[in-house]
Amino acid sequence: MNNITKNHIKDKLFSATGIFSTLIGLILLAVFIGDIIVEGAGRINWDFITGLPSRKAEKAGIYTAMIGTVWVLVLTTIISFPIGVSAGIYLEEYAKKGRLSRLLEVNISNLAGVPSIIYGLLGLEIFVRILGFGNSLLAGSMTLSLLILPIIIVATRESIKAVPQSIRDASFAMGATKWQTIQYQVLPASFGGILTGIILALSRAVGEAAPLIVVGALAYVPFVPSSPMSEFSVLPIQIFNWISRPQHEFLVNAAAAIIILLIITFIMNGIAMYLRSRWQKKIKW
Amino acid sequence: MLNMETEEIIMENEVRLTKKTENLVTGNTGINTEYEIIARNLNVFYGEFQALKDVNMNILPYTVTAFIGPSGCGKSTFLRVFNRMNDYIDGFRIEGEVFVSGTEIYSNRIKLEELRRKVGMVFQKPNPFPKTIFENVAYGLRIQGVKDKHFILERVERSLKQVVLWDEVKDNLHKNALALSGGQQQRLCIARTLAVEPEVILMDEPTSALDPISTGKIEELIFELKNEYTIVIVTHNMQQAARISDHTAFFYLGELIEQGHTKDIYTNPKNKRTENYITGRFG
Ligand SMILES: Nc1ncnc2c1ncn2[C@@H]1O[C@H](COP(=O)(O)OP(=O)(O)OP(=O)(O)O)[C@@H](O)[C@H]1O
Ligand SMILES: [Mg+2]
Repeated sequence: MNNITKNHIKDKLFSATGIFSTLIGLILLAVFIGDIIVEGAGRINWDFITGLPSRKAEKAGIYTAMIGTVWVLVLTTIISFPIGVSAGIYLEEYAKKGRLSRLLEVNISNLAGVPSIIYGLLGLEIFVRILGFGNSLLAGSMTLSLLILPIIIVATRESIKAVPQSIRDASFAMGATKWQTIQYQVLPASFGGILTGIILALSRAVGEAAPLIVVGALAYVPFVPSSPMSEFSVLPIQIFNWISRPQHEFLVNAAAAIIILLIITFIMNGIAMYLRSRWQKKIKW
Repeated sequence: MLNMETEEIIMENEVRLTKKTENLVTGNTGINTEYEIIARNLNVFYGEFQALKDVNMNILPYTVTAFIGPSGCGKSTFLRVFNRMNDYIDGFRIEGEVFVSGTEIYSNRIKLEELRRKVGMVFQKPNPFPKTIFENVAYGLRIQGVKDKHFILERVERSLKQVVLWDEVKDNLHKNALALSGGQQQRLCIARTLAVEPEVILMDEPTSALDPISTGKIEELIFELKNEYTIVIVTHNMQQAARISDHTAFFYLGELIEQGHTKDIYTNPKNKRTENYITGRFG
């Protein structure tokens, strides 16, 4: 057998392994989603979505948890968007490229890998106790903002980096200042990427339960939060709470709530994909 | 605050005056305002590497000056000295003096933004902004804070007419500039530069990425533009330099070997290396 046929077989072998590995992931996901849908789809109706939590499974709904999730999403966006994007711009455009900035860079990437419960503990100490926000939406959203800031910063930097130097050169050569160049050229050209990063980061935040449990989000909230200082619950915590009940009816509720949560994240990912493709079409270098 | 500034200015003037008297002593008559660009005893370094060695050059207004020479000899470096685009390069250092219409542009009182309004630049690869054709040309005015819509509109139209692009794009002003052909893009980039009414236009191999027809159009354009602007152009194309330039400067390994009227350089080069380069014996 000569080398070429050998390499050919290796090629085939690798491609077969690759397909198999990909399929395993997809099949497991499909089985999981299928199982959830079979279990929970029948439970989803208007009463379930608009119902307040209850000790009786068949009367319980996800309304307060869902509105809590929306509150958390909005507050987290308001907090993390400006901070994350400015930090990204600063690091990419202004920070001197020295040892310090490289250290900062590595650490920010590492932060993205820190377990979320650690952020929960940090949030509990700083926002709940020291700053005295209590077990509020604000404390929870700030904690989630900490969690997703590294993702937003990295996404912002990557998108900014993708803007070709020739565009900056052209802008500077026209007599633009650095900030004008960032404002009129770099940000508009990279905004699709930044937005995509933020939405993906938020869709991660939407699914988090652990850090919010640590900062004191409640499992049972019979009212809709009225201000950032209100106590709250979110969908993942509601799901967690239902799953830990022994009665089967609550498991059905959990499955139904998981479907709703999945739909929310799929929609967010869909928007991210749409934005990315739209921006890619608009800007071809 | 004010005191410190005036003190600085006075000190700088004193330095300048002593330099002037020195120049008078050595027979040099100081700043000759007849020239648009003057470079004196210019040394440029990238870190340890010296990219330009004791370069002196005077450029008259309303002329086309061509920089020629083999790759890496410092043509682009020298060109970018005039609008200080080298400033962003790590390790860049400059010695000597550079005057643009009588002002020393490396003095720390000069504002980069103002210098670049006076000294525009066209790059080798067409680099329009990923915006509409209109916004590309209006950009220079917008960043200067011009709000008058009518004024911007007129200036955009005039600039596009100057580069003979108006008829091709007048119905598509709000189309993305990246949809234009390479040659159109380069003319758009020239229009963008013209829109802020500079005095000097620097061009770094503006036609090297273009087809012969687009190249011809740009050459014609340069010929027209020199009635109103001082043009400095880097080119690897000997015929192009011969066709469009009044003066030619030949660089070799960071040194300005020979400069003069293009006709003289081409018909009667004084230096052997110039002759070899022009006749294509090395490149
Ligand atoms: N950013 C930089 N950092 C370090 N050295 C540089 C830099 N830019 C240019 N040089 C060096 O300076 C010298 C002159 O470069 P320059 O780009 O001015 O040459 P050029 O004559 O324009 O060449 P070409 O015809 O290939 O465009 C070269 O030896 C190059 O390696
Ligand atoms: Mg060059």
